[in-house]
Amino acid sequence: MNGDMIAFFILALCAIAGGVMMISSTNVVHMVVSLIFTFLAVAGIYVTLSAEFVAGVQVLIYSGAITIIMLFGIMLTRHDKENEKKTPKLRQFAAGGAILVFFLIMYGKIKDLNFPQGDVELHVDNTKKIGIELYSNYVIPFELMSVLLLVALIGAVVLAKKDEKEEGGGKE
Amino acid sequence: MSSVPLSMYLMLALILFCIGLFGALTKKNAVIVLISIELMLNAVNINLVAFSKYSLHPGLSGQIFTLFTIAVAAAEAAVGLAILIALYRNRPTVSVDEMDTMKH
Repeated sequence: MNGDMIAFFILALCAIAGGVMMISSTNVVHMVVSLIFTFLAVAGIYVTLSAEFVAGVQVLIYSGAITIIMLFGIMLTRHDKENEKKTPKLRQFAAGGAILVFFLIMYGKIKDLNFPQGDVELHVDNTKKIGIELYSNYVIPFELMSVLLLVALIGAVVLAKKDEKEEGGGKE
Repeated sequence: MSSVPLSMYLMLALILFCIGLFGALTKKNAVIVLISIELMLNAVNINLVAFSKYSLHPGLSGQIFTLFTIAVAAAEAAVGLAILIALYRNRPTVSVDEMDTMKH
């Protein structure tokens, strides 16, 4: 049991605990806050996998941006306790059983899977190497991603904007 | 450098994926369903980063794919929430069971 193993187990425990808290909580805001816990633990997992840049991006985008956007979504809509009906028990059991079967099948497949660890030093100059890769081998996907983000930005604004024609016209 | 076997990382990703899948299938609140989908995408990212380190040809491709996945997930969250708010304006509910018509 060395340091890597201990760090991995603590981070994995935090990640799973956050996920379980998300599932079992009843308050919507608590759910989102417990997911921050999971996202930060996953960022730690990336560091143990020598992906420092991805870990930084994970903290910025997931625990920062996506969580805040979800909190805004919660605050802009109404969440009454009595308004929310519980999911039927039958459906919960059906979904749980199906997921358990899926889990067992996947577990049987991956429990013995092991590849030798390559001798490439991924953590040395990680950010610099990712930048060089992005601008050499992956430059077209990188530029397409900028188009995708622009489309998502404009699409989100258009979708969420108030429809003024309808507002002034015949809304009952 | 790391001595944790690959199957441990895959197991963690599998557990997180199953939690996300359960949340997406059973929760009624549309915001929580969106968040569960983000959790599933995150589990996939763990797999990609793990395979970029432990494989026959280790390299940065997995990490770069993870960056692309994160960008797509952010775009998806933004558009999903915008759709949710547009729906909420027509029909003040966030329950996925009541969002069953395409036209208001």
